[in-house]
Amino acid sequence: MVNKIMSWFDERLPITATIERHLTKYPAPINMNIWYLAGVLLVVVLVIQLISGIWLLMNYEPTAEGAFASIQYIMRDVEYGWMIRYMHTTGSSAFFALIYLHMFRGMMYGSYQKPRELLWVVGWFTFFLLCALGFTGYVLPWGQMSFWAAQVIMSLFGSIPFIGEDLLIWIRGDYLISGITLNRLFALHVVLLPLALIAVIFVHILALHEVGSNNPDGVDVKKFKDEDGVPLDTKPFFPYDIMHDLYAIGVFLIFFCFIMFFYPDGGGYLIEYVNYEPADNLKTPDHIVPSWYYTPYYAMLRAITFPIFGLSAKFLGFVVMAAGIAIFVALPWLDRSPVKSIRYKGIFSKFFLSLFVVSFFVLGYLGSVPPNPVRTLFAQIFTFTYFAYFLLMPIYSKYEKCKPVPDRVTLS
Amino acid sequence: MVQPKAPSNPGRRKFLINVTSVVGAGAVAGALVPFVGSWNPSARAEAAGAPVKADLSKLLPGEMMIVEWRGVPVYVVKHTQESMAVLNKNLSRLSDPDSVEDQQPEYARNELRSRKKGISIITAVCTHLACAPKFYPQLGTTDFDSDWQGGFFCPCHGSKFDLAGRVYAGVPAPTNLPIPPHYFKTEDILIIGEDEGTV
Ligand code: HEM
Ligand code: FES
Repeated sequence: MVNKIMSWFDERLPITATIERHLTKYPAPINMNIWYLAGVLLVVVLVIQLISGIWLLMNYEPTAEGAFASIQYIMRDVEYGWMIRYMHTTGSSAFFALIYLHMFRGMMYGSYQKPRELLWVVGWFTFFLLCALGFTGYVLPWGQMSFWAAQVIMSLFGSIPFIGEDLLIWIRGDYLISGITLNRLFALHVVLLPLALIAVIFVHILALHEVGSNNPDGVDVKKFKDEDGVPLDTKPFFPYDIMHDLYAIGVFLIFFCFIMFFYPDGGGYLIEYVNYEPADNLKTPDHIVPSWYYTPYYAMLRAITFPIFGLSAKFLGFVVMAAGIAIFVALPWLDRSPVKSIRYKGIFSKFFLSLFVVSFFVLGYLGSVPPNPVRTLFAQIFTFTYFAYFLLMPIYSKYEKCKPVPDRVTLS
Repeated sequence: MVQPKAPSNPGRRKFLINVTSVVGAGAVAGALVPFVGSWNPSARAEAAGAPVKADLSKLLPGEMMIVEWRGVPVYVVKHTQESMAVLNKNLSRLSDPDSVEDQQPEYARNELRSRKKGISIITAVCTHLACAPKFYPQLGTTDFDSDWQGGFFCPCHGSKFDLAGRVYAGVPAPTNLPIPPHYFKTEDILIIGEDEGTV
């Protein structure tokens, strides 16, 4: 009976085939480790953001007059409003923490190398969209930080030679940041960007299931198959892998709730205190700092203090910052190593990857504190080393001596 | 799968596909016009730029007053004898001391960058990334300068300006703060946003 019903459906919609392809017969390498959890947690956070976002939307008012008060209303008068809002703010930090871990995993294990170049590029688009979502969302509460962050970030477009001034007025929709700007950022934040994000994540997973997962050894598991054509070093995603994932989701949610209930502000890092003051277009706060997840790039922006070739420092800062975010896309073509995983790459790859991590954290710190001449110098040095990881890769990855790669995955 | 038979007249197919593509691309471009255009400032936003009036009778020498014009802060500074004297002494640290760049109406291309002796009227929108610089009139050592001559300091990325809004060299802001169009209706009534006689 059940079989009959199922085949009625299957003739009209590929339900069983889809479930098999993406779950019960999707081959997951047996040596996947903790770094492979970030992806599934990202999907969990996406769901958290969508649901909490829609619920916030039920009480949020997207006008310059009403936005700030409506957030206060959500926090004080709406039942569980505080929780839904903290869910959303904690979620946005979790989103970035996880996406950085997820990207770093790919950098360690060479997951961007052939045949996963497109998978990597599509993944980068989700990162880009997330950056846009974070920025547009940050403006919505219309606090002091919201307003001045919008002012500074949008003014960056004004630094583009020739077209900048007009472009800036066009994206703001006004001669200054105003309710008009708020309204359009709102539309982007709640409709266009989430829709685009969902679509891109969908394509990301489709691409993953086409080429298959990489693994910490970076060996091709499809080389050795059993008589049914199933790669030897894999197990079906469902029910084996999903078990680890569910456990990880449980641990993650405990941690998430801990932050959400006890440290939703994160000491001013997750929600900045200055944003508890309503936007004042006549007064800039004493320190303006972006959310923690943008600070490395903010430090790059500020590091460029000198003009080059007649291009202003502010435009160059903008270019360097954008390049810092965009350069990940080029990784598949910068890496010339015959080896995927850092486990078997040579000493230079290890050195430069470590240097990248150090640069990222140092820039992150520098971007969160007010600048002074010494800090600016450090920001310049570490911006340089950040880019060195990428731009020198074609050389060091090609000529360094790698370790022999095993045929089959290793289990520690 | 059964492949449909290839068309018997491929040239004709190709022509039709090309024509359809070109016309279709034109239609898409046309359809973009309203969507792109709707991001321009609306008629209401355009109309919001009306001039404002400020009464300076209570402003004492050495003080600054903030007037809102078109949503941005405009600083009105009444100078003291000493502060005007300092303006001349600090020229070497400025990047455009003579206001060569087109950042002010012609009548304000002078020392105090205004129409009236003793007063500066400055749009407080940092020429770097548009924060509002802060007023630090006192001379001496500050957090951001060991020999401060009085003026404005932008908290966002550390640009410095003197009391007439002229930018220091070696800071992120490239040009002097802009001077809005303005005139004095009477001795103490300042109109910002309009040159005399335009209405
Ligand atoms: C998917 C990734 C998303 C990220 C990273 C994100 C991030 C953010 C951030 C950083 C804020 C500012 C929080 C604050 O300081 O209060 C915010 C606010 C907001 N978001 Fe999202 N968001 C996402 C998705 C969504 C979606 C899908 C919706 C609705 C359909 C939504 C609706 C809202 C609303 C209404 C606010 C304003 C209320 C508030 O500030 O708490 N968000 N978002
Ligand atoms: S906005 Fe004033 S220094 Fe950057």
